[in-house]
Amino acid sequence: MKKLQKADYIKMYSYMLKIRRFEERAAQLYGMGKIGGFCHLYIGQEAVVVGILMTIDKNDSVVTTYRDHGHMIARGLDPKRIMAELTGREDGYSAGKGGSMHMFSKENNFYGGHGIVGAQVPIGTGIAFTHKYNGEKNICRTYIGDGAMNNGQVFEAFNIAALWKLPVLYIIENNKYGMGTSVDRAAAGLDLYKRGEAFGIPGEKVDGMNIFSIIEAADKAGKYVREGNGPYIIEVQTYRYRGHSMSDPAKYRTKEELDNYKQTDPIEIVKAEILKKKIATNDEIEKINKDTLEEIKNAAEFAINSPFPKDSELYTDVYL
Amino acid sequence: MSTEILMPALSPTMTEGNLSKWLIKKGDTVKAGDLIAEIETDKATMEVEAVDEGVVLDLLFKEGETNIPVNKAIAIIGDPNEKIEVKKQAPVEKVIEEKKVEQNIETKIENKKDDIIDTPSPKIEEDTNLSSAEITMRQALRDTMAEEMRKDNTVFILGEEVAEYQGAYKVTQDLLQEFGKERVLDTPISEHGFTGLAVGAAFKGLRPILEFMTFNFSMQAIDQIINSAAKTLYMSGGQINCPIVFRGPNGAAAQVAAQHSQDFSSWYSQVPGLKVIAPSTPYNAKGLLRSAILDPNPVIFLENEILYGLKGPVNNDVNFSIPIGKANIEKEGKDLTIVTYSIMLQKSKEAALRLKEEYKLDAEIIDLQTLRPLDTETILNSVIKTNRLITVEESWPFGSVGSEIANIVQRDAFDYLDSPVIKVNSADVPMPYSISLEKLYLPQVDDIINAAKKVSYIK
Repeated sequence: MKKLQKADYIKMYSYMLKIRRFEERAAQLYGMGKIGGFCHLYIGQEAVVVGILMTIDKNDSVVTTYRDHGHMIARGLDPKRIMAELTGREDGYSAGKGGSMHMFSKENNFYGGHGIVGAQVPIGTGIAFTHKYNGEKNICRTYIGDGAMNNGQVFEAFNIAALWKLPVLYIIENNKYGMGTSVDRAAAGLDLYKRGEAFGIPGEKVDGMNIFSIIEAADKAGKYVREGNGPYIIEVQTYRYRGHSMSDPAKYRTKEELDNYKQTDPIEIVKAEILKKKIATNDEIEKINKDTLEEIKNAAEFAINSPFPKDSELYTDVYL
Repeated sequence: MSTEILMPALSPTMTEGNLSKWLIKKGDTVKAGDLIAEIETDKATMEVEAVDEGVVLDLLFKEGETNIPVNKAIAIIGDPNEKIEVKKQAPVEKVIEEKKVEQNIETKIENKKDDIIDTPSPKIEEDTNLSSAEITMRQALRDTMAEEMRKDNTVFILGEEVAEYQGAYKVTQDLLQEFGKERVLDTPISEHGFTGLAVGAAFKGLRPILEFMTFNFSMQAIDQIINSAAKTLYMSGGQINCPIVFRGPNGAAAQVAAQHSQDFSSWYSQVPGLKVIAPSTPYNAKGLLRSAILDPNPVIFLENEILYGLKGPVNNDVNFSIPIGKANIEKEGKDLTIVTYSIMLQKSKEAALRLKEEYKLDAEIIDLQTLRPLDTETILNSVIKTNRLITVEESWPFGSVGSEIANIVQRDAFDYLDSPVIKVNSADVPMPYSISLEKLYLPQVDDIINAAKKVSYIK
C-alpha cells in the first residue's frame, strides 16, 4: 500500500472537512433561496472521493454522477467557483448554465457531473478508451451510484470495457439508497462489486467510512488498471447523512440507522488518527477547522455576489 | 459578530414553515453541522443544521409556532460578550426570473443566421473537378471516411459489423484492411453503451464516426445523443465539445415494416446542439460527410438505404466539402417551390418533369441537404419568387421538418403566398409490411403532383 506521509494526513483531513463545510453552506444557501433546483449533498461520503484522490495521477480523468460537489473539491477545484455554479452565476464552472448536477473542468480532467443516472458510465469508459487509443498511461475513474447498478447501459459498458481491456476504474459509491429505495429493495443480489464477474472484471468491497481502507483498495486497483489489465470494480460501502436531495426528509430510514453511521464518521476517524500519531496538535486541528469555515464562508459570499449570466449568454455555447 | 439563523426553504416550493422543535437552547454552543431545530415544511418535517458557529444568544420563535416565512430570522448565534443587534429583515429575493415565453423573433432569426456559414453550396453542373466515373453513394461515403482517416489519426469508426463484416450495408468496405482494428472497431449489439463510449471519447478529444446499423436502433441510445452529446457544450459553459458523427441509414428500406422503417429527421432536428444532414446524391454525400467529420459539434448524418446504390459523379478533391446549413437549388423554376431532402429528391424531380409536361408548371426544387441549421434564406427567396410552396419528405406529418418550414414561411413571407403551404408526408401510421400498403404509406410522385396542383388551384 501507498506509504502515507504526514502531509497526506493533513491533506485528507482538510479536504474532507472542506467538502463537509461546503455542503452545509450549500444547504444553507438553498434554504435561503440562493440555490435552486436539485441539490444533492455528499455529507457522510467524504472519505470515498478523498481516499481515491490520494492515489490519483493528475492526468487521470474523472467522471461522476450529479452528487458532484465533493468530487470537484477533491479534484482541487475552487470552492468559490463551484458555489457560484450552484447559485447560477457567471463565475460558476459552467458559467451558470449547468448548475449543481452539471459541472465540468476540462483543464482538470474532470468530465462531469452527469444528471442522468448511469449515463456517466459509458462516457467514462469512452474517456478510458481515449487514454488507451492515445497510448497514454492514464486511467479514467468512473463513479457509479448504487442506483445506477440496475441500469442497462452500465452492463453494456462493463462488457465493452472488459472486451477491449480499457483502463477504467469503476467505483460504486453504495450509499444504501437510490433516492428513497434501499439497495435491498432494488437489487437482486446485494454484492454489487460482483456484478462484473460475468465479464471477468475483478471487484472488491471496501469500508467507505474508513479512508485508509479506501486508499489501500484504490491503490491496488489503480495499479491493476494502469498496467493494462482492463477494468476493475471497487464497491465502497458508504452512507449519506442527508436525504437524496434537499427536499428529501429521508423518512424511509430510521434515526438510529443514521446515528449509527455517525458513530463512524469518516472525518472523525482521520482526526483521531492524526492525534494518535501526533501529526498535529488539537490547536493545529482547530486552526484548520477555522480556516476551512472561513474559506467556505468566503466562497458563499463570492457566489452570492457574482453576477447572473448576461442575457446574451442564453444563445452562446450551443455550437462551437 | 452575531449571525442570524434564518427559516430555511427546504423544498423548491416551500414559502413558510412551522417550528416543530428546538434542539438547542439559549446559551448553548453550536458548531457547524450540529442539529438545531426540526422544521415542518409543506412536504415533511426536516432537521436543520447549523452552518455557523457560536453561542446561541436568542431564539426568536417558540416551539410550535407556525407559518414562519422563509428567510425570517429564527435564532441568533454569536459571541455572548457582544451586544445583540437584530438586523432588519432583508426582503426575500426572488430567485427565479420570469422567463419570457416567447423570445423576440428578431433575436431568434439573427441567431440562426450566425450558425450558417456564408458560402453557397457548390453546384454539380458548375463543378470543373467532376469525376468522369460515376460511383455509388455507398462508395462516396466510404471514400470520404477513408480520406479523413488518412489525414487525422483521431478519426476512427465504430459500430456493429463495421470491421470484419465490412459493414452491414458495405459502407465501411476495406476500412479495416487499411486502418486496422484499433481504428475500425466492431462493437457488441449495445447501442446505448457504445454510443455513450463514443461520446466520452469525443469529449476527451477523439473524432468518432459512429455507424448505427440503421437509425431505428439509435432509439436505444437516444439519451446519450441528446442528453450527453448535444447538451454538454452548453452545460459546461463552452468547455467540452463533442466532435462526433452519428451516421447510418434512416427511413424506409423495403418491406422491413414498422420497427425498421422510420424517419427520424424531425426528431433530431428539434434538438439544439445537434446538426442534422440528409444527403441525396453521391456528390453531396461526399461534400457533406467531410464537413460533418470536420465539424466540432455532434452531427446526425441521415443516409438512406435505397440510395446507397445510386450512382453519380463526385468531386474527388480530398478537401472538397459542402458547407453545413446550405440548401441546393436542384432545379430552378418560377411557378411553385418544392422543398425536399434525402430520397424524396428523386421523386420530386420525377414529379417536376410530369408537372412540366402535363400541366405546364415550372417547379423550383430545393434540396435542403442540411435540416439543422435550416437554410431559411434559400427557402424564403424561392417562395418570394414562386409564391407557392409544397414540402415533400418521408417523415410522419405531425411536427415534421415541413411543419417548421410552413411556420417560417407564413411568418416571414405571408404576403408573398398565393396559396396555403401543402405538406406531403408519409401516412400517420406505423409502417405496414405488405408491399401494397407500404406503397400507400410512402409519399409517391402522384401525391406530389396532387399537392402541386392544389397550391396552383388546378382541379
